[in-house]
Amino acid sequence: MKVYKIVVLAKQVPDTRNVGKDAMKADGTVNRAALAAIFNPEDLNALEQALRLKDRFPGSTVTLLTMGPGRAADIIREGLFRGADDGILLTDRAFAGSDTLATSYALSRVLMKLKDFDIVIAGRQAIDGDTAQVGPQVAEKLGLPQITYVEDVLKIENNRIFVKRRLHNGVENVSCTLPMLMTVNASAPACRARNARLLMKFKHAKTVSELQTANEDYLHLYSDRPYLNIAEWTVANVEAEPEQLGLSGSPTKVKTIENVVLQAKEAKTVPATDAAIEDMMKELIASHAIG
Amino acid sequence: MANFYTDNKDLKFHLTHPLMQHIVRLKERDFTEKAKFDYAPLDYEDAIDSFDKVLEVVGEICGDIVAPNADSVDKEGPTVVDGHVEYARGTADNIAALRAAGLMGMSLPRRFGGLNFPIVPYIMAADIVSRADAGFVNIWGLQDCAETLNEFASEDQKMRFLTRVCQGETMAMDLTEPDAGSDLQAVQLKATLDETTGQWRLNGVKRFITNGDGDIALVLARSEPGTRDGRGLSMFVYDKRDGGVIVRRIEHKMGIVGSPTCELVFKNAKAELVGSRKFGLIKYVMALMNGARLGIVAQSVGVAEAAYREALSYAQDRVQFGKAIIKFPAVYELLSNMKAKLDAARTLLYETARFVDVYKILASIAEERKLEPEERDELKKYQKLADFFTPLAKGISSEFCNQTAYDAVQIHGGSGFTKDYPVERIYRDARITSIYEGTTQLQVVAAIRGVTTGAYLEQIRAYESVKLLPELEALRRTLIILTNDYEEAVRKVVAANDNEFIDFHARRMVEMAGYIIMSYLLLIDSNRDTTYQKSARIFVRFAKAQVKAHAETIRTSELNDLGEYQYC
Repeated sequence: MKVYKIVVLAKQVPDTRNVGKDAMKADGTVNRAALAAIFNPEDLNALEQALRLKDRFPGSTVTLLTMGPGRAADIIREGLFRGADDGILLTDRAFAGSDTLATSYALSRVLMKLKDFDIVIAGRQAIDGDTAQVGPQVAEKLGLPQITYVEDVLKIENNRIFVKRRLHNGVENVSCTLPMLMTVNASAPACRARNARLLMKFKHAKTVSELQTANEDYLHLYSDRPYLNIAEWTVANVEAEPEQLGLSGSPTKVKTIENVVLQAKEAKTVPATDAAIEDMMKELIASHAIG
Repeated sequence: MANFYTDNKDLKFHLTHPLMQHIVRLKERDFTEKAKFDYAPLDYEDAIDSFDKVLEVVGEICGDIVAPNADSVDKEGPTVVDGHVEYARGTADNIAALRAAGLMGMSLPRRFGGLNFPIVPYIMAADIVSRADAGFVNIWGLQDCAETLNEFASEDQKMRFLTRVCQGETMAMDLTEPDAGSDLQAVQLKATLDETTGQWRLNGVKRFITNGDGDIALVLARSEPGTRDGRGLSMFVYDKRDGGVIVRRIEHKMGIVGSPTCELVFKNAKAELVGSRKFGLIKYVMALMNGARLGIVAQSVGVAEAAYREALSYAQDRVQFGKAIIKFPAVYELLSNMKAKLDAARTLLYETARFVDVYKILASIAEERKLEPEERDELKKYQKLADFFTPLAKGISSEFCNQTAYDAVQIHGGSGFTKDYPVERIYRDARITSIYEGTTQLQVVAAIRGVTTGAYLEQIRAYESVKLLPELEALRRTLIILTNDYEEAVRKVVAANDNEFIDFHARRMVEMAGYIIMSYLLLIDSNRDTTYQKSARIFVRFAKAQVKAHAETIRTSELNDLGEYQYC
């Protein structure tokens, strides 16, 4: 049976779904210290699609690629615990301040290095920026066909992949040739939980930087068990033009950030009588709020 | 996004009990499996870290999948289609999630694909699953039948069946029959051996079989024609792939609706003998039942946890007479007592689990090599403690579970009587804990020897001598007084030299011992973490009132009084 080399693009993001009072600083920027760093939710949907392909086509491999600070190695480990084969952490000060253009440039340079991949899968968008630009930009830079809003992979036949897209008012089945890139929606199946055996097998996996502070008693593991070494790539590993990286490669400039507090202004109290409720229903139907 | 492990600090507290170091070292045979298995622990800290991380996965699946499914599972329930069980949709999802996470066969050896966890972390997973869905824990928790196969089956049988359990196949233990419930000696299901082929076949009916359509079943059957008692019974393993068993119906139950309780018809079903003939009831079922009883203790604690949390959050939110009802003494006293009983039941659960661990692990080491004399003594000591603590814990924790669920409904008032709140389901689910795997009355029958032989007293004295923080001294003094009351009561009952008199007061005496033991365990917990002092103080007050009441009943009771109660 045909096997596929799959790369999943994932991002570590602040958990903006559980925002407390201290989530924003006085100057309107995100208070990262108050928010847990998590696996971007739709990237987990993407990982699940990759793992399902691996289940369907045994022998296929899943590589996780993430760009971020050193602690983003957590994302690679989370992937390994769920069934990914390996991962690459792309980390360098040169990448700091990247917008979507610089990010997609850096990621595409890594993919060019990897060369023989068949399918790149990313989440639709990250919950911190909500741009949904990185996946499509990576595809453009690599000249790959791309399919966005994927909910399910239907089949792969004769080097063509058939997928179901979830759109605003329906679904669409489309296909393209491999290699290709797809972005996956939150409506796709949730990612499987961590597997107990994989968790225990990979919990000591570390990047070279993390090894500096690792428990000395366990250092022998990293030569005995090569799979515990998480690849850590820097600018030196990718042939990139420095001006396209980080801040200098990021045309996006943030002008101002406003803290918007939504307030219901048109609250209305309806007396608990049948007549009043009927009036309210009529009003809601008339305004197309319901019906 | 709830995590039922990380949101409950009591679990980690018990996971890191000082005796765990000894248990883990024994279980891992000094960490020798790390060379063979990439997921075996490197040392003690690494093992505890693995338990912690795996339990976090259990907590996540329970918080995100199992608990949210509990309501629909309760409403849908399982059905019978063409003689087989179809689980409710949510149940099937739960099984799939736990299977994918590799959480089946948690305590089985690694060579079969198991996680080789000691009983303590396995039971902790059962505690967590029970809080999420009391009915579901039965299906998932039947994996501990595999422990019995691991202890008594042949190597070939273990290889064939245990590997399947580790891959996620479910189990059942087929013991009860229409006329053999509490009295299993009356089992009739017929096992016949075809002498020419060596094939055993089963014929007959089983009833009240939890997950009766599971993939692999242990079956108690009469292999010796003409016998009438327990000595004619043997244990068999039935493989659903071979067929021959159909589900006739599923019981309509008050609670744990998602757990299919089946009536099974065996028609010439192929089966394999496990271990030796005639040892079915007297040896293997006893082992099976002790494991299952500990599972019910975990279920009782998990359900009580769920009930307490529902009650607490309702009492904090519900406003009457201008304030949250938790501000009223009648309500906050109920809640504090619920919490104290919960902490007491949980500490007894893990103490018992540790005893079972030490004894089971030493017993399995004894199969590999000759034990040192001190190891033999240790095995004996812990086997005895496990045997006496298991029925004590099952009896008391399941009663506490029911009391807690009752009080939780009470705190909800009329809302708790509707199906709009989870507490209504929890209340129904709790009810079975003091009935199955032996009613409370039968736990007392098993535990009373711990009273009359002085085994509980000996252990109470051992707890008494543990060094405590100065602020706990007053509580210890109270417990010494209660222990004297207990001793005096036992002395009086035993002196009457009449078995019926002992049976009449048995539950009172077992409860006295139990409440004193639980109080000491809370004191010892308070020594390690001062936040338990509150529960320790509240529980000792409760224990004092109960022990004093029982002592007074016994002090004024005469053998002749029994006549007044007889046969109503």
